[in-house]
Amino acid sequence: MTLPLLELRHVSVSFDGFYALTDLNLNLELGELRAVIGPNGAGKTTFLDVITGKVKPTRGDVIFKGNSLLGLREHRIARLGIGRKFQSPRVFENLNVYENLALAVSQPKKPWQLLIGGLNGFQRDRIDHLLNIVNLHSRSGFLAGSLSHGQKQWLEIAMLVGQDPDLLLVDEPVAGLTDEETELTADLLKSLAGDHTVLVIDHDMEFIRRLDSPVTVLHQGNVLCEGAMESIQKDPRVIEVYLGRPEEESL
Amino acid sequence: MELILECLFNGVAIGSVLLVAALGLAIVFGLMGVINLAHGELMMLGAYSTYVTQLIFKLPALKPFYNAYVIVALVVAFIVSAVVGILLERSVIRRLYGSPLETLLATWGVSLILQQFVRSVPLAYGAGLVLSLLVGFISPFLLPQKLLEGSRGRLVRAASWAFSALVGVLGAGGLGSLVSRLGRASARNVDVTAPSWMRGGIDLWGVTFPIPRLVIIVITFIAVLGITWFLNRSVWGMRIRAVTQNRSMSDCLGISTERVDVLTFGIGSGLAGVAGVAVSLLGSVGPNVGASYIVGCFMVVVLGGVGNLLGTVLASFSIGIMTDLIGAGRLLSIWPDMPTPLASAVDFFATTSMARVLVFALIVVFLQFRPAGLFPQKGRMVEA
Amino acid sequence: MKGTKQFRRWLTLLLWIVILAAIIAAPFVLPVFRLNLLGRYLSLAIVALGVDLIWGYTGLLSLGQGIFFALGGYCAAMYLQLNSASELPNGIPEFFGLYGVKNLPFFWEPFNSPLFTTIAIWLLPGVVAAMLGFLVFRNRIKGVYFSILTQAALLVFFNFFNGQQKLINGTNGLKTDVTQLFGQMVGSPSMQRCFFWLTALLVILAWLFSRWIVRDRFGHVLVGIRDDEPRLRFTGYNPTLFKTIIFAIAGGLAGISGALYTVQSGIVSPQFMTVPFSIEMVIWVAVGGRGTLLGAIIGAVFINYAKSLVSEALPASWMFIQGGLFILVVTALPEGVLGWLQSEGPRNLLSRLGIARPISTYPSLEIDGKKEINL
Repeated sequence: MTLPLLELRHVSVSFDGFYALTDLNLNLELGELRAVIGPNGAGKTTFLDVITGKVKPTRGDVIFKGNSLLGLREHRIARLGIGRKFQSPRVFENLNVYENLALAVSQPKKPWQLLIGGLNGFQRDRIDHLLNIVNLHSRSGFLAGSLSHGQKQWLEIAMLVGQDPDLLLVDEPVAGLTDEETELTADLLKSLAGDHTVLVIDHDMEFIRRLDSPVTVLHQGNVLCEGAMESIQKDPRVIEVYLGRPEEESL
Repeated sequence: MELILECLFNGVAIGSVLLVAALGLAIVFGLMGVINLAHGELMMLGAYSTYVTQLIFKLPALKPFYNAYVIVALVVAFIVSAVVGILLERSVIRRLYGSPLETLLATWGVSLILQQFVRSVPLAYGAGLVLSLLVGFISPFLLPQKLLEGSRGRLVRAASWAFSALVGVLGAGGLGSLVSRLGRASARNVDVTAPSWMRGGIDLWGVTFPIPRLVIIVITFIAVLGITWFLNRSVWGMRIRAVTQNRSMSDCLGISTERVDVLTFGIGSGLAGVAGVAVSLLGSVGPNVGASYIVGCFMVVVLGGVGNLLGTVLASFSIGIMTDLIGAGRLLSIWPDMPTPLASAVDFFATTSMARVLVFALIVVFLQFRPAGLFPQKGRMVEA
Repeated sequence: MKGTKQFRRWLTLLLWIVILAAIIAAPFVLPVFRLNLLGRYLSLAIVALGVDLIWGYTGLLSLGQGIFFALGGYCAAMYLQLNSASELPNGIPEFFGLYGVKNLPFFWEPFNSPLFTTIAIWLLPGVVAAMLGFLVFRNRIKGVYFSILTQAALLVFFNFFNGQQKLINGTNGLKTDVTQLFGQMVGSPSMQRCFFWLTALLVILAWLFSRWIVRDRFGHVLVGIRDDEPRLRFTGYNPTLFKTIIFAIAGGLAGISGALYTVQSGIVSPQFMTVPFSIEMVIWVAVGGRGTLLGAIIGAVFINYAKSLVSEALPASWMFIQGGLFILVVTALPEGVLGWLQSEGPRNLLSRLGIARPISTYPSLEIDGKKEINL
């Protein structure tokens, strides 16, 4: 059996005595596409915060490629190969699309290297390629702040891919997108899996179904169950969690 | 024993001036997230209000009540600073909510204007201006609501402002002719003379406690108690806290957030006025009197943790005691035979300005370990 | 297309020639007094560039740039004092005698060397800024907290320099106008002329340097810090490092500026570290246009010139005007004059002159039709 790419071991997070995550265990295999769902307050965002180093777990350990991530600062974790897309699209609005991507693909991300010399040919090709993937080629000179909501989402995904991470953490990538855009985003994420390991968090069941991947259900800071979408939907516990507060699925 | 008592008293005295000065700032910064660099100038206005009140009480008609002028001055100073603060909130700060750095710069501009204002405009005119603002702010509440509605409302409002202006002009003129000293502009510092009962000190356990210092401690104590009660027990206090925690939700619940803003800022500014009274009892009053306190006040707020009154109290007293301990070289008298290098180091910092250097440096070091102050705000909302 | 590009190049060249000619000619045209003022204001433009780098680009509002400005000034003044002290009794600057100091304090020693001084003028403030910045940024103290702490630091330095007569002549400061440099008196018209040219040259160099910093990815990282620091962190950048570096650079620029200002005003004193002066620097940049380097230079020179003109005519009114400027620029003109010109009508003209960076705006029409992702 190969080592999992990412492993959460007994992770608990407490905010002033309130437990956002309780004894969470989760493994991600190399190249896997995984969807994580759960009602509001299930700890989905905290879960990403723990992996990316924004929140320190009160207990437990996070292992990435065999090494613990505990105590590392965010940018270190990012450089180890974990990329994160935020819930609402966050791009650098006062830079143009090309500059946004240039920041993402730059290697190494040290001050001196950024000051002297520009991007190398390989990196420029990469940006071209990414612009093509998300269809922003014609917008490359535009300020990111002037893009539409969907375009910002895609730009952020492109930036994420541009970082060339082993693990992509994608938080609600289709919030506020049209149905058509949602489908395209699902296809994009599916195509990324394999080369990368992708973890997607979302509320949108249609979108999750389209990802056609194993699903993990979080509830009250813990894994409720795991499995394929069909079996999840039949699981009485999941139904109870969701039907207990049916309005949340539509959010 | 006497030494420790004296040290403690001096520390508490310094600390309570800091505290009463920082209290308003802590409210405005902690509850509204507004950095008000003009806070020192609102204090300055409070100090000048004391001076004006004192001069008025020197008039023959009021002479018998002269000893009580400090108490009247507290009320006057609160009102003057609150009115100017509300004007500031309505005209400038309201436009800048959510951008603290911009607020900081704009309020600095206001502080420059206020400083120059007291230099080049006779105090009587200033008093008249504040008076007309006060009447103008209050009159909509006194008039029947019916009058203020519809197309007639605008006319009524304009009339009420015209009336307020008239009151202000009359007030300024009257004040200027009654007390000739207030009718001329002067950039020079003025002195507030304390009433006879406030001179001297009380001897207890072999230590002399100067009465002005004691009065300031009492004022501070009452101000802290009052504001704690107001925020935690009164209806408007609850509304203020509600708006701090969730603005849009409060709006939905029918709380007029605009009124809450005005009230919060008015109270914070009014407390600056009270601090101004305290400061006027300690030394001469000039256009720059507030500016010398403002950085210290901010350090109190930062050290105490934003939005925490208990932290503000503890921070001011610890800064006060530290300043006294270092500035008066008290360590040497407490421990006379300390090793020479240490003694010379203590001696090096034993002046008021060097004590400030060391205290600020210590605060910066402290913030290395507790970046959010003594009592940090907790929870996941902090970074949101 | 090609024609306009060529035209622009010519125009830029022409502009440079005009500027250079003006600089060379100024000492022969302007009266000594005005020339001296202009030189001082040009030196203030350098500290304004630093403020623009940290505030306009990186979003860190420092209210303590006076520290670094004064440190640069003190470095220059200490060298000049030592340089002219050799014929004095004891061989140490005169003021020490007033306080009964016989031996030169140790930290004065290295300032006997002109080379050391030239380096210290920018390196010392830079290092102090880096240390201060690192302590603050490491804890992710930002926004107004950073501003308050820098202001407190300013007060610390002010009190220290103000209180230490025996070390640095305390509140009186160090005079430079009667000191000697290259056998000439620093305050003499011919030396002042040289200082003016030196200042003008350094303003241009500082501008080119700042432009080099902000124009490519390093500058984009700074903008990223200003707009969304967490995003940058998760992209793999270490904002603390970048912030410390840019704060140190701004400190170094302030040091150079302070040294040039000192030799042209004839004195350095703790007055350089007062709270109002450091906040004033911000308003120069704000009026000129934050995030535009030329705006910082123009703002610094223009506001200071206006200040001296107004103060000569109506001394009391400057505080009102300055206070009004703070309020006005924040509420009505947040981009500053240059930023406003860039975003409004005359933009095309200015960008053709090479002053402004053309900004692309979002066209309302959908230019690429149907959205799709090319897999």
